[in-house]
Amino acid sequence: MCVRVEQHCILDVDKKEKKVKITVDGKEIEAYEGEPILAALLASGIKVNRYTVKKHEPRGLFCGIGQCSDCSMVVDGKANVRTCITPVKEGMVIMTQDGLK
Amino acid sequence: MLERDVLVVGAGPAGLAASIEAAKAGADVLLVDLNMKPGGQLFKQIHKFFGSSAHRSGTRGFDIGKMLLDEAEKAGVEIWLQSTVIGAFPGNLIAIEKGIDGGEKEVITLKSKKVIIATGASENVVRFKGWTTPGVMGAGAAQTMINVNHVKPGNKIVMVGSGNVGLIVSYQLMQAGCDVVALIEAAPKIGGYAVHAAKIRRAGVPIYTKHTVVEAIPGEDGTVCKVVIAEVDDKFQPIPGTEKEIEADTVTIGAGLKPATDMVKLEKCRLTFNGPFGGFIPLHNDKMETSKKGVYVAGDATGVEEANTALEEGRIAGISAVESLGLIEPKEAEKMRIEIWKRLEALRMGPFGERRQIEKNNILAEYEEKVVAAVEMD
Ligand SMILES: Cc1cc2nc3c(=O)[nH]c(=O)nc-3n(C[C@H](O)[C@H](O)[C@H](O)COP(=O)(O)OP(=O)(O)OC[C@H]3O[C@@H](n4cnc5c(N)ncnc54)[C@H](O)[C@@H]3O)c2cc1C
Ligand code: FES
Repeated sequence: MCVRVEQHCILDVDKKEKKVKITVDGKEIEAYEGEPILAALLASGIKVNRYTVKKHEPRGLFCGIGQCSDCSMVVDGKANVRTCITPVKEGMVIMTQDGLK
Repeated sequence: MLERDVLVVGAGPAGLAASIEAAKAGADVLLVDLNMKPGGQLFKQIHKFFGSSAHRSGTRGFDIGKMLLDEAEKAGVEIWLQSTVIGAFPGNLIAIEKGIDGGEKEVITLKSKKVIIATGASENVVRFKGWTTPGVMGAGAAQTMINVNHVKPGNKIVMVGSGNVGLIVSYQLMQAGCDVVALIEAAPKIGGYAVHAAKIRRAGVPIYTKHTVVEAIPGEDGTVCKVVIAEVDDKFQPIPGTEKEIEADTVTIGAGLKPATDMVKLEKCRLTFNGPFGGFIPLHNDKMETSKKGVYVAGDATGVEEANTALEEGRIAGISAVESLGLIEPKEAEKMRIEIWKRLEALRMGPFGERRQIEKNNILAEYEEKVVAAVEMD
């Protein structure tokens, strides 16, 4: 599944940033350096970022601008990283956040 | 300790314009924004802007953004990104948290003579069964994904709300290659401008007025796979038996915006409730000064409007701040303000604008009544 915007009548969607690899739950995916982690995940079809503490319900992108925390994941061992406002770096290790607070 | 003449919070059109005016008059300006990029809403807006010609109506939002960033740089505005204001303390002290989640974060205390709050607005939520399912998101979130990050939030979209945001984002989702499978509106009529509605109709998007979303149903992977809509009665309640299932992987909610007042609250500025402007807003005078001396506001944070009004209010706030610093003559400042208020009046005309002009006048009057009168009684 490819969900990047490949063509656009107004925007220049050709990425000029460097292509890098990051790991998500043990699986390697491609991403562009500097784009929000969340965008790279969506581009690979990953929509669940965390599960809630009490009811274990899935959560994903909701506000896209750092206000709701629904997109929080564990990034390089640190929990509660809002992936919609955190840029991708080469080799990042990302995990679905499950129940952590 | 770090000291500045003017701190501007929020780098949208309002904050950028305020910073530019203040820096041009010779003030030491620091502009902070919590986002990775400056520009606020502007860089998401790839359509040509509505408004009068004096206000760049034919220009796309992101081009206005580029112009403002350019001007800000030339004027010598210092910009800190990924920086959030987290506290305001007596003695003009402001705590700013700088850095990204998971990385090094530092809290910097700044002493700023004047503060301009231009924090914009946040999206309203509509609650229905399954509204927290991944795939349900704000229309603004979807717009950020396609226009800023160039990634589709999903393929089959149900848009809830037919105000300008719902209409414009629907169209932009199609431009990005998504399929908008339904536009849902509880009212009997489309809410936004006719030009935007016509584009959606022409593209063949099914429009359901007098309808609402009842449920977002998750599939096996836990993300949205079906959406249930239903007709509503005159009280906007779903009518049993009218439910209809739509196959979709995304629900975008365009249910309006409300002013972001966290920072105004930190500063303990006096608020008032105003429905047409989107909720609680800070009282202010014609200098855009709040009930707290030296604290100014501008843009959507003072009532949800549009980029051009935000920009003009930002200018007023910037000018007033440097006037009170003694960097421009009161007479000169007043002259500039009168010009800008005239332009603002021109912007607040027409079927959508008139109401905002009336409300703005009410707010200015309420400020006189509650803030000025209270000071005189002291
Ligand atoms: C879909 C859509 C279409 C639109 N179309 C048009 C149009 O055609 N014409 C038009 O004139 N207007 C349009 N608008 C409206 C316009 O974009 C906004 O009115 C305008 O951007 C408001 O400017 P602002 O500077 O007040 O706020 P914003 O642009 O929202 O900027 C606020 C900034 O403050 C930052 N911030 C918030 N809180 C903090 C904090 N605590 N610390 C640090 N930073 C903070 C945010 O990150 C953001 O960058 C549209 C809006 C939308 C959503
Ligand atoms: S989606 Fe809301 S904080 Fe990231």
